Amino acid sequence: MNLDFIWLAVGEAISPTTAAYALATIGLVIHFGFTGLLNFGQAGFMAVGGYAFAITSLKLGWPMPFALLATIVASAVFALILGIPTLRLRADYLSIVTIAAAEIIRLSVKTAELTAITGGATGLNGAARNFNELNPIPEGRYGFGVLTYSADQVWVRLVGWALVLLACLIVFLLIRSPWGRVVRGIREDEDAVRSLGKNVFSYKMQSLILGGILGGLAGALFILPRSLQPDNYGTQLTFFLYTIMLLGGATTVFGPIIGSMLFWLVLSLSDGLLSLGVQSNILPITSTQQGPIRFIIVGVALALLVVFRPQGLLGKKKEVFFSA
Amino acid sequence: MPKTPVADLVDGPAVPGVAKKNPIIVADSVSRRFGGLTAVDVAHVEIPANAITALIGPNGAGKTTFFNLLTGFDQPNTGTWTFQGRDLARVPAFRVSRRGMVRTFQLTKSLGLMTVLDNMLLGATKQPGENMFRALFRPWWRSRETDITQKALSLLERFKLDTKKDDYAASLSGGQRKLLEMARALMSDPVLVMLDEPMAGVNPALTQSLLGHILDLKEQGMTVLFVEHDMHVVQEIADWVIVMAEGKVVAEGPPATVMSDKAVIDAYLGAHHDTDLGTLSGQLEVAKDMDSEVVKRDLEEEAAHDAR
Repeated sequence: MNLDFIWLAVGEAISPTTAAYALATIGLVIHFGFTGLLNFGQAGFMAVGGYAFAITSLKLGWPMPFALLATIVASAVFALILGIPTLRLRADYLSIVTIAAAEIIRLSVKTAELTAITGGATGLNGAARNFNELNPIPEGRYGFGVLTYSADQVWVRLVGWALVLLACLIVFLLIRSPWGRVVRGIREDEDAVRSLGKNVFSYKMQSLILGGILGGLAGALFILPRSLQPDNYGTQLTFFLYTIMLLGGATTVFGPIIGSMLFWLVLSLSDGLLSLGVQSNILPITSTQQGPIRFIIVGVALALLVVFRPQGLLGKKKEVFFSA
Repeated sequence: MPKTPVADLVDGPAVPGVAKKNPIIVADSVSRRFGGLTAVDVAHVEIPANAITALIGPNGAGKTTFFNLLTGFDQPNTGTWTFQGRDLARVPAFRVSRRGMVRTFQLTKSLGLMTVLDNMLLGATKQPGENMFRALFRPWWRSRETDITQKALSLLERFKLDTKKDDYAASLSGGQRKLLEMARALMSDPVLVMLDEPMAGVNPALTQSLLGHILDLKEQGMTVLFVEHDMHVVQEIADWVIVMAEGKVVAEGPPATVMSDKAVIDAYLGAHHDTDLGTLSGQLEVAKDMDSEVVKRDLEEEAAHDAR
């Protein structure tokens, strides 16, 4: 029996994709968990960041630091465009506008007229070239067994997780600070915070921009090991991020890391187990049915979690108790 | 704290819109319409400084809407007003608060999933750590944090909430939340405290202590404007009473006399409260006919018929 899938699942838990999902979820935790902004368009922020990074490095040939800067600026501008009309309104307007804006981005970059810039429906390939040129790790194979990586693969993992930890550190410092106190106050009741002399609109905008930038950087990180495909940024990506956030705990700093690792571990493990079952004719399904069933398993796991541990893995029980 | 004598508050007779000797708020032709309904239509009103003013009136009189307008939580259709001589109309709510005019809400807005102490600290001003970039470096805001924590703790002690400082505000009782909201408003050292129904939903035992706290505010030199339904509360602590009805200021005066004002009684009980309902519904017209000769004869005939 081939049990390599267990190691592959472990490898999945530290993959750059997992790091990208964790980073985007940290952005979502700032929005939803700490400020109470119902952003249903985090996939849109990832798309904006991913395209900004890919277009500047591929089409314009910008060096890596400038491409990163472009990613940050583009996500911040996207946050401003979404926030200016909606943040003065009730919370639900933001969710409607963000979910629509994310789809607008995805469908716009796919149009044939923009193929010269965005690559149309096929997307863009090779955005990681500039990034890999900066790789200080000598050529060679690292790791053991199925978990053997090339120098470039190690490099992207190192940078990805360093970025995630840096984001965690920033969020940790911010949330414990008076700034964090104000945004948590806004989550509870923005009129009360307004009555205490805080410019609520400005704080919500800052939160939207900060979380959006993390989403954008996650988008750039997401395309480093793969090509940029517009259809990766559909609404289901946002809902995966929400799943990860709820798994880890919506108001925790490190929850997104645990949540993202667990999400990919469960997906990968269940995939391995299912294909083992299919190959040995234990399960009455075909290998094409295997893919969707993995998500059913994740969905069931999430449902069980919400019932038995609604605060998420790292959350505080009390917070859920009082908000119920 | 003794009540401020009426002679110190106003010049001349207590009529709606009377000029105050030392006004803190002067409002002119403030109106707010919701579609066809005019919720507030105040021609002129002045709030006396360093006194406790009660804003009373029947339900739907526009008291809370007027409150929301003054504090920037709602925008007027017309009108101007000044606070300490400076124009304050159409200023956003957070700036109103920074100028020293802090309000509380009719439905208490304690921040449930934050500790009592965090609630208090949020009320403080000039905390540099509330800037996103400075927030990242603790040394930039630590000393201010220590100061405001001290202040918060002494206020909590005064309001007898010090033992609750690490509890979530959601775990407090309704009355304690009212106390917390008032204490939080005091963190910014306001000039004018606006309390929207401070006694609503508070048990009688706590009412007395809340009243004491409101009187304390005046003693410390603050001005209080509050909306209240409980007339005993108004009689006990207010120096001046402004009565609103149907969006207008219908009467003003010291609490001892204002309740006997005809406009006030009309506002609360209706303009026809001392006329017989019969006059209104037209039944008395029939009764008048009872005196006529024809009806009398008919009745006598009927009685005679019954006797037989």
